[in-house]
Amino acid sequence: MAEASKPKSVGKKSKTSTRKRSSKSSADAVQLISYYSDMLLIRRFEERAGQMYGMGLIGGFCHLYIGQEAVVVGMQGAIDDRDAVVTSYRDHGHMLACGMDPKGVMAELTGRIGGYSKGKGGSMHMFSKEKKFYGGHGIVGAQVPIGTGLAFAAKYKGTDGVSLTYLGDGAVNQGQVHEAFNMAELWDLPVIYVIENNRYGMGTSVDRASAAKDLYRLGEPFGIPGEQVDGMDVLTVRKAADKAVKHCREGKGPYILEMMTYRYRGHSMSDPAKYRTKEEVAEMREQHDPITNLSKIIVDAGKKSEEELKEIDKKVRAIVSEAAEFAQESPEPAPSELYTDVLVEA
Amino acid sequence: MAELTYREAVAEGIAQEMRRDEDVVFLGEDIGAAGGVFKATVGLLKEFGPVRVRDTPISEQAILGAAMGSAMTGLKPIAEIMFSDFLAVCWDIVANEIAKARYMTGGQMSMPLVIRTANGGGSRFGAQHSQSVENWAMMVPGLKVVAPSTPADVKGLLAAAIRDPDPVMFFEQKSLYPIKGEVPDGELVDELGTAKVLRDGDDVTICALAAMVPRAIQAAEILSSEHGIEATVVDLRSLVPLDTKTILRETAKTGRLVTVEENPRLCGWGAEVASIVADENFWDLDGPVIRITTPHIPLPAADELEDATMPSADRIVREVSEKID
Repeated sequence: MAEASKPKSVGKKSKTSTRKRSSKSSADAVQLISYYSDMLLIRRFEERAGQMYGMGLIGGFCHLYIGQEAVVVGMQGAIDDRDAVVTSYRDHGHMLACGMDPKGVMAELTGRIGGYSKGKGGSMHMFSKEKKFYGGHGIVGAQVPIGTGLAFAAKYKGTDGVSLTYLGDGAVNQGQVHEAFNMAELWDLPVIYVIENNRYGMGTSVDRASAAKDLYRLGEPFGIPGEQVDGMDVLTVRKAADKAVKHCREGKGPYILEMMTYRYRGHSMSDPAKYRTKEEVAEMREQHDPITNLSKIIVDAGKKSEEELKEIDKKVRAIVSEAAEFAQESPEPAPSELYTDVLVEA
Repeated sequence: MAELTYREAVAEGIAQEMRRDEDVVFLGEDIGAAGGVFKATVGLLKEFGPVRVRDTPISEQAILGAAMGSAMTGLKPIAEIMFSDFLAVCWDIVANEIAKARYMTGGQMSMPLVIRTANGGGSRFGAQHSQSVENWAMMVPGLKVVAPSTPADVKGLLAAAIRDPDPVMFFEQKSLYPIKGEVPDGELVDELGTAKVLRDGDDVTICALAAMVPRAIQAAEILSSEHGIEATVVDLRSLVPLDTKTILRETAKTGRLVTVEENPRLCGWGAEVASIVADENFWDLDGPVIRITTPHIPLPAADELEDATMPSADRIVREVSEKID
């Protein structure tokens, strides 16, 4: 991946502290296996969601996260239960990484009462107050001021919490993103803006949409440090996440991480992705797949055998199958649900 | 009883709630050091400090994003959008995010926040600083919409809005800021969704909101003294929830309904009130509903033109006396 091979960074004061890519992390076996199984859960869940969409069991929009798994799994490893997460509409992976129940996520996709939003949210609008996952937002860029608000509240209440605010490469050209950057730095808010640069905002490549090519530098005029990270490598992501979380917890204000990543599928289920070549997709899948690459690291280091990894895959598939069954068995919401939850007090 | 201006009542209402609840924070442009562009928030920065009373950049989307994010995580923010026209700049956060969050979370989250804004005409500010946009908010499911006409209502309804678990759009009519009125001493908390009958008459029921309320009352006095028409005047105070019980009762009593609004003609709130009355009270009506609105034009700046645009007491008198026998 050309873009990610030379990670770059911009510091608040020292602007050229280039960090080195490190796949050979000292992460222990438990951690490696946990990353592997978390990424695989997202992969298998999304594959199943894609199938169920094709079968007509899921309707509306469905934006799959396949290919980008290392980003959320690596980021999630660096945070704890003080911290809040918010993202856009490509949100299934984020929810699973936050520890939300795959059954509840899948049932929301099928529009059932057992879904996280009782079927009223759908794929793009899901939340879990318990897991501090604040959506699931369908308007490109809107989650960025909201995530900044999560950080504002954390700072006001003195919780030491950090807001992980994800956005895509397409969102960086929305005005509200820059309003949020300014406010976050002005008020030293503990927010990490994770720009998931998967190279395409819907069907338009970053090159054709963005005058600024180095998205991690977009906070530079405000003084927000930024860093470009190989988002296909979970260990590299984790390392960058630790650094950014530390920065925020120390009260130094916001941080930008540009994750160089790739989505294997189209923008949504209805997108055949003809704006890019098959070779490009194949190259990413074959050379840079985050799950395949991590499995090699695990096997090469002798932490697990290939057979043992297959056992993990089996377990993950069982979880996904259980979720898929639940999502088809859970009842459809009653018509009376139409009128609940509009207001607390009508 | 103390006599306060409408603008002083704003600051009093906010201060009352900030004193009792640490979770109430106040964000907006020029609200702190400057005391508000309409001087409606004077003294709050001094009393509550810059952590709770935050001057913001001119970034309406960031202001409402900060309010929403903090409301989702336990604070009770009050966000000021300086002129209601500027709601168009951040309507995404209002209409797509704040209003829909509770529904889209399946009831997991509530949105206890207030968006205060200076609304309406009469100040010669022209088309981008004078609009009356409470009907925009009324159209969006998931928002409560309040627009007081007196200092006492400002204080009491603002306090109620801040304590309310739902998002409340609080429209202050900017030409009313200097008016004075009696405000009860001590803690004052009103009830949202309740209209007030301000004048009782048997011939016609006039429903009005915000700056149209004093004009409706003035018109009612002239209708009585010069035309022998006795009008009931209802101050709606809140569009969502709408006090349909009071509207229907007072309309059934007189058999005639007049709505007076600053909204441009098409889809102003008066159309909704007329529709509800037509549905529910059709057989009690003795004649057509009279809607008095601004024409469907942008609001002009020049004195004569703006005065000709906004419903005046004279125009209410003329329309009512011509159309009611």
